[in-house]
Amino acid sequence: MKIKFNLNKKDVIVDVDPSMRLLDVLRNVLHLTGTKEGCGEGSCGACSVLVDNMPYDSCLTPVINVMNKQVMTIEGIRESKEYETIANSFAKMGGSQCGFCTPGMIIVTYALLMKNPNPSEEEIRLALSGNICRCTGYQAIVNAVKDASKGGKHE
Amino acid sequence: MLPEYKTSVKKVDNEEKMSGKALFTDDIQMDGVLSAVTVRSKISKGKILNIKLPTLPEGYYFISAKDIVKENVCNIIFSDWPVFADKEINYKGESIGLIVGEDKKICLDLVDQVVIEYEEKEPVFDMKNSAIHKDFEKGDKSVLNDPNLESYTEKFQTGYQEQVYLETQGMLVYLDGDKITVKASMQCPFYIHKAICRTLGYPEDKVRVIQPAVGGAFGGKEHYPSLMGAQLATALVKIKKPIKMVFDRKEDISFTTKRHPSETTISALIDKKGKIRALDIHVSLDAGAYIGCSGVVLSRALIAATNTYKFDYVHISGDAYITNKIPSAAFRGFGSPQSIFAIEMFLAHVAKKFRYPGVLYKNQYLVETGDTTSTNGKFRDKIILKELIVKAKEMSDYDRKEKEYSKPNSYRGIGMSYFLHGCGFTGSGESDLIKAKLIIRKDKNDIVTFYTSQVDFGQGNRTTLKRIVVDTLGIPEDHVIYDAPDTDKTLSTGPTAASRTIIIVGGLAAKAAQHLKDIWVSGKEQEIIEPYVGPDYIHWDEATMQGDAYPGYAWGVNVVEVSFDPITYEVHVEETWSVYDVGHAIDERILVGQADGGILQGLGYGYLEVEEMANGEFRQKTMSDYIVPTSMDAPKMHTAFIDNPFKYGAFGAKGAGELTFVGGAPAVCIAIEQAIKEKIYKIPANPEYLMEILEK
Repeated sequence: MKIKFNLNKKDVIVDVDPSMRLLDVLRNVLHLTGTKEGCGEGSCGACSVLVDNMPYDSCLTPVINVMNKQVMTIEGIRESKEYETIANSFAKMGGSQCGFCTPGMIIVTYALLMKNPNPSEEEIRLALSGNICRCTGYQAIVNAVKDASKGGKHE
Repeated sequence: MLPEYKTSVKKVDNEEKMSGKALFTDDIQMDGVLSAVTVRSKISKGKILNIKLPTLPEGYYFISAKDIVKENVCNIIFSDWPVFADKEINYKGESIGLIVGEDKKICLDLVDQVVIEYEEKEPVFDMKNSAIHKDFEKGDKSVLNDPNLESYTEKFQTGYQEQVYLETQGMLVYLDGDKITVKASMQCPFYIHKAICRTLGYPEDKVRVIQPAVGGAFGGKEHYPSLMGAQLATALVKIKKPIKMVFDRKEDISFTTKRHPSETTISALIDKKGKIRALDIHVSLDAGAYIGCSGVVLSRALIAATNTYKFDYVHISGDAYITNKIPSAAFRGFGSPQSIFAIEMFLAHVAKKFRYPGVLYKNQYLVETGDTTSTNGKFRDKIILKELIVKAKEMSDYDRKEKEYSKPNSYRGIGMSYFLHGCGFTGSGESDLIKAKLIIRKDKNDIVTFYTSQVDFGQGNRTTLKRIVVDTLGIPEDHVIYDAPDTDKTLSTGPTAASRTIIIVGGLAAKAAQHLKDIWVSGKEQEIIEPYVGPDYIHWDEATMQGDAYPGYAWGVNVVEVSFDPITYEVHVEETWSVYDVGHAIDERILVGQADGGILQGLGYGYLEVEEMANGEFRQKTMSDYIVPTSMDAPKMHTAFIDNPFKYGAFGAKGAGELTFVGGAPAVCIAIEQAIKEKIYKIPANPEYLMEILEK
C-alpha cells in the first residue's frame, strides 16, 4: 500500500505493508538510522520521533498511523537552530555517553521545550521518563535540558 | 545551579552521537547481507538425540556443531562453553545452531519448525556442585581459641542483574578477500579475534575485528560477543556471504550473561565490648552452565570480601557452582558488589546489636596506608578514606539526619557505604597475561597516530586517552589521530574491562607519548612500540591467593537518603552524596558521568532490579518486566573527588568505572533499614521483600 507522509519537512511516499512499524520504515526502507531500536515494545524511548510535534515511540506506531502527518526524526531535527542549542547543552553537561539513547533524548527535549520553554526540574524529569538511559544516571541530561531552556547561555 | 566542569574537554564523539550519524552495528548497511537466528535448546539438561530440520528454501542454511572447522569451544578465560551444543545440553536456551538466510522473518519461522528430540536428564539448579574453590586466611589464628568470644553469623543473598545496555548484542561478519571481518557491539576486540581464530584454526592475520559505535556494555559485552563471533565465523566460512545477527531485547535478556547471583555467610567472633576479633567469610557464586570467567569473578569477590576494613584474623573462602542455567559472567564490579554488600550489611547489623549509631562502629576497622590487604599484600599508596568520609558527611548533613531518622516511624533513612576497587587485572595478570603493547607513530607532517584496543562504549575513554597523548606531547589536538580499535592496525592493549583503561592503558599511552617526545625530530617518520611494565613490587600467587592483588586501589563513600511509603512499601531514593578517590581526576565531566551512572545502576541493583529464575528460565525477559531506574526514580546526585595522585597512572589517575557502582546497593539498603527499622539480608530490597520483612 502506498502511504504518504511528511518526513523532515519533505513529502515521502512509501509502498509497504500498512502495519509495518514506522521504525522499520525509517530504518530499513528510508535508511534513516538515527532512530534506534532499544526494546521494541515502547519501554525505552530510543526510537522516539515526533508526529505532528508530539513524541511517539516509532516501534509501536504502524506506518499507516502517520499517513498525511508530519514526522520528524533526528535527521530532520539536527538541521534546526533549536538542535544546535540542545546539542551544545548536552555537550556542556555531559548528557551523552554511549549515545544510543541520545537521539531519542534530544527529540523529547525538543518537543518539551517547544511546548514549555521554561520547564521545572520535575517537568523535565517527567518529560524524559519514557526514555531510558543506562549510562548517565539522568542528572547530566536533566541539567542539559535546563541549560538548553535557558538558551544554553548560562556559562 | 548547573555545574561547570573546569578540567573537561569536548568529547570527541559528541557530534556523531547526538546527531544520529554514529553507526552502531545494526546501522551498518551492506548489500546482500543475510540474517542469522539462533536455534536454542528447550530443555535444561540432556542429550540431543536427533535434529529434524524443515525443508530449507534455497539460500537458507542450518549451521551447527557439524560445521565446526577446528575446535568446538568458545575461547573465554576458562574455555568450557561450546560454540554450538553438540550432544550435551547444559542449559535452557543453549545455542544448537543458526538458521541463516536473506529474510529474517523466514529465518524466525524456520527456527520454530526445527524439531529436536532430547533425552532429558535431571537438571541441577541449586548451588551444590562446586567447580572452583578458593580459600585463604590472614592474621593470628590463636584468637579462635579464646573462650570469651561470642559467635555471630548472618547470611546474605544477591540476585541476578541484567546489564540493559541500550544497544542489544549484535554482530556483522563478512569476507574481505579471504579475511574474516567482524563489526560488532563489543568491549574486547581481541577476545573476539582470538575466539574466531581458535574455533576456525585460522592464523591471526586471517581475522580482523573492527569496532563500530557501541551503545553501552557494562561487562555484558566482554565475553558473549566471543560466542557470537565463533558462531557467525563458522557460518561465514560455509556460506561466504555477509551475515548479521542482532538480538531483539527479549532474546538479549533471555539468553545473554548476567551478574552472578550469590550467597555470602559471615561469622564473627566478637568480644564483650562488641569488637570483632575474627571473621569467617564464605562467598558462593552461581556460575551457570559453564565456568567461563567465573573463577576470576570469584577471586575478585573474595579479595574484596573485607572491603575497606582490617581484622585481627580473617578466613575467606568461596565456591563457584556449576548449575544448569544461563552462564553468569562479567558485570561492572565483577564479584565485588556481592561481597561488599554482605560485609557492609553485616557490620551495620553488628553495630545495631551493640547499639552504635550510624557508621561509628565500622570506623574502628578502617585500613590505613601501609596496612596489609586481605591477601597479605600491602596498601602502599596513601589512603585518604577518612577524608572522603568527613567530606561525605559534611555534604550530606549525615550526622543530623542519621539521628533524626532513627526515631520511630520516621519512614526516612540515610545510609553510608565505604568501598574500594582494585584497578586492573588481578595480580600479575597485566604483566604476565595481557602484556599490552601500544603503537604510537608520527608522520612527516608531524601528525601523531596512536592505537589501543580500548572500546569507548560510553565511558569517554576515547576522549581521555587522546587527551593524555595530546597533553603529554604538548601539540594541538588536531595533530593527534586516535580512532576506534581495528585489530589489523593495533597491537592488543588488552580488554576494556577491570577498570584498567585509564590506570593501565592511559599510563602506557602517557609513557609512549613521552618517549616519542624525547626522540622527536620534526619532519621525520618515527614510531615507538611501548610495552607495559608493571610496578616491580607486584607479587601474586593465584593458587594460594597471596600477595598484591592489584597495582592500585580506588576508594569511595556513598551516602544515600530514602523515603519509605508504609502503605505501598515503595522506596524512593531522594538524594545521594558521593566522594571518590580516583587518584587525579583528568576530566571531571566524564568522571561525574561515570559516578552518576554508576551509583544509579548500583541503587537499581539494591532496591529495584528484579531478575528471577524459574526452571532454568528467566522470568523477566523484556524491559517492561525487568525494571531499571527512569528519570523519575533517579535521585538528585552530588559528587566530589579528592585529589590523591597515583604514581603509575596517567597524570596520577586510577580507575573509576566499576568503583562508582559498588557502594550503591549497601548504602540504599542501610538507608531503607533505618526507614523501616528492620534488617535487610537480600537484594533487591523491593516492595515485596520489604512487605515480607515488615509483616513477619
